[in-house]
Amino acid sequence: MTGPTQEADIVLRLDGITKRFGMLTANGDVSLDLRQGEILALLGENGAGKTTLMNILFGHYVADEGQVLVDQSGTGLSELEPGSPHAALESGIGMVHQHFTLAENLSALDNIILGTEKLVSLTSARAPARKKLAELITRSGLDVPLDARISQLSVGEKQRVEILKALYRDARVLVLDEPTAVLTPQESDTLFATLKKLSADGLAIIFISHKLAEVMASSHRVAVLRGGRKVADLPTAECDLRKLAELMVGHEIVETVRDAGSPGAPLFTLQNISVGHGRDALHQVDLVLRSGEILGIAGVSGNGQTTLARVISGLEPPASGTVSMEGDDRTDANARTVIDSGFARIPEDRHRDGIVGPMSVSENLAIESIRKPENQRFGLLRFSAMREKARNLIKAYDIRCQGEDSPARLLSGGNIQKIVLARTLDPEPKVVLAAQPSRGLDVGATSDVHKRLLAARARGAGVILISEDLDELMRLSDRIAVIHRGHLSSAEETETLDRGTLGLRMAGQGGEQAA
Amino acid sequence: MIRFEPRGPVSVSRMLAVSLAAAFAALVLAAIPMAFAGLSAFNAYSLMAKGAFGSLFAFTEMLTRATPLILTGLAAAVAFRAKLWNIGAEGQLYAGALAAVAVGTGAISAPGYLLIPMVALAGALAGGLVMLGPTLLKTRLGVDEVVTTLLLNFIILLFVQMMLEGPMQDPMGMGWPQSEPILDEAALPKLLERMRIHWGLVVALAAALGVYFLLKRTVWGFEIRAVGENAAAARHAGIPVTATFVRVGLLSGALAGLAGVGEVAGLKGYLTADLSPGFGYSGIVVAMLAGLSPIGVVFAALFIASIFVGADSMSRATGVSNYLADLIVAMALLCVLVSGLFLRFKVRFIGAPATRETAK
Repeated sequence: MTGPTQEADIVLRLDGITKRFGMLTANGDVSLDLRQGEILALLGENGAGKTTLMNILFGHYVADEGQVLVDQSGTGLSELEPGSPHAALESGIGMVHQHFTLAENLSALDNIILGTEKLVSLTSARAPARKKLAELITRSGLDVPLDARISQLSVGEKQRVEILKALYRDARVLVLDEPTAVLTPQESDTLFATLKKLSADGLAIIFISHKLAEVMASSHRVAVLRGGRKVADLPTAECDLRKLAELMVGHEIVETVRDAGSPGAPLFTLQNISVGHGRDALHQVDLVLRSGEILGIAGVSGNGQTTLARVISGLEPPASGTVSMEGDDRTDANARTVIDSGFARIPEDRHRDGIVGPMSVSENLAIESIRKPENQRFGLLRFSAMREKARNLIKAYDIRCQGEDSPARLLSGGNIQKIVLARTLDPEPKVVLAAQPSRGLDVGATSDVHKRLLAARARGAGVILISEDLDELMRLSDRIAVIHRGHLSSAEETETLDRGTLGLRMAGQGGEQAA
Repeated sequence: MIRFEPRGPVSVSRMLAVSLAAAFAALVLAAIPMAFAGLSAFNAYSLMAKGAFGSLFAFTEMLTRATPLILTGLAAAVAFRAKLWNIGAEGQLYAGALAAVAVGTGAISAPGYLLIPMVALAGALAGGLVMLGPTLLKTRLGVDEVVTTLLLNFIILLFVQMMLEGPMQDPMGMGWPQSEPILDEAALPKLLERMRIHWGLVVALAAALGVYFLLKRTVWGFEIRAVGENAAAARHAGIPVTATFVRVGLLSGALAGLAGVGEVAGLKGYLTADLSPGFGYSGIVVAMLAGLSPIGVVFAALFIASIFVGADSMSRATGVSNYLADLIVAMALLCVLVSGLFLRFKVRFIGAPATRETAK
């Protein structure tokens, strides 16, 4: 893709932005120019400082050093008042957050005009707003049912409302934070088509991403952040995937590959499981996991994966159906008995379900086996044994922390996940449930997770991998099933599937109910 | 513009320093209304210090007052650690006192070395059982325990009044609503001749050490901490969350019940409906001042007891109302809560953009 010429007007300039949080430098002397009509991809691993930088731009944070300059209505660059989202909006900067900021109980129209109306006004701004929006919609192709309540819209539609909200405020710079994280591949394609159209109309766009493919496909220019510093800023046309990946990570990457597996006997089965109601319900779910295989479960988030993981983890009893492990009925198992039957569970929300933040690393490593003789005697904790075990695990799993006694909450997301991995995989479980195991992790931590899962598979364990990342699923899984609105399709050999088919099934089209 | 930035881990010495600074700030703030009442702060505080520490009698009175506060403080601290919001220590205290009286006024006759433990056990059990109801309502039906424990206080107090004017009234009491006196064998022995201080203090200190040991060194304590800090993760890790809440509820109620036993069997000798001047509620303040640490509870209880006892004495000497004590305690709590903010956040002042530009 070729972008606008160098001479195009600069609409936004970040000049030497530095931001520290305590000891951590989130952004170090970052400078960036954005031209009119340009799509800039801000690429970096988690924790590279992308979101911090954009939050400074939008006034959520104040930079310790440096300034944001913005072209206020064509009069040249002037400094934007720091720490004021209001000022950012006034100067035509619109931001679409990763977690949408919409009022669920209001209509799309009301959400869009929210905050633009005068406090006291005799006339409603709705009619003129509707006219302006109709124009915007035809021009941009952002089709949204204006009168529908936000709670009734799909994730993709909500995102379009957010973009319209920015355009309605006459944004000339649009910032999108990880816009494809919640979309199906097809929805992502539509989004980028829209963004291209908007940029052709003169809108300057920054989107944050750590997905290389979409950066290559849809940006004019790439700025790469690593460790809070800008390490590259170059036209996308001069990049390739490998180069970007190495810039992002800072070293060469070895991709994890799956060798041909040799699945064994069925190990764990779900039969006709139904539970819950509404968005998170499961309907007649069947699943057979064999030993020595990775069974992938694909799906857009919020289609019942959470409930499925809770049922398998023993946290929620199914309303009907049976769960069995190695032929034994486990339908009434609870978390304790599930763990004791040789089951590792990697929770989807590792901060909420995976660790007790204020407790130490060693306590978090022992929490699932705290009643085992190795951790207690007569109800008294065996601290020295716990700490010795923790030291070994910290070494074996390369958990970066200030020793086994430091509180787990101080660790980064990747290291918290390593605590969970060490705790659950070290006892060599027979079955592993990994729910979104690499969500929010950087490339290094992700490849670590993948290696551990493949190692468990090689050992003969059965692994259930629930993920939204198709690349991850296709690389690791022997078979893949798709979950949509609580229905789980039958699993098919990965080699017989392609991204397009899976994408369609994730969107609920084409054989999602195939039994 | 003021900005708050999160701090990393905080050292113990820093926490202690901030707590002491908070207590000092409370005394300074309380000096302002004292000045309006025509008292010099120095004068008032030296009178208070004398009232709490000035003589052996004053000191033992202060310790006597601290005894129930340590126990109710522990009751709140252990429950709050598990995020079980027991606001009902006052009612549990009365339930414990009622049970102590029921057992200790002649229903059973046994030598002291048997009767005293039985009285204490009955009181602890009664307090624990009172807390069991709200705990089960919370775990089974999700009923808010703040409401149930708080309202149970009034129900129990009215029940105690009913008993004291009915079946348990002292026939020799000339119609006063009070229970029969505790048997001599059931009374907690005094620690010192001619002073009111009794063995309840030893029990309270032992309880503080016991709770400290429980939380720090045992599997149950581990589970209590895990449930309190992150119930979702605890449940995910297979910790029995409901059973843990039940254990904590029983323990918390039992500690408050013991406070009632001490007041009846160690101090008053009989039960009246004005046995406790709000020890159950003050226990919450004690626990908060102590940062929910069991050892801290002992010191916080001593601080609050010396304020109350000292203020009584100062009030007698100067004629200024002893409500001042409540004021100081409230100020101390506010100061400790505010200081918690400073422990967690660094406060930074940031100039306006214009001044930043000129500085460049």
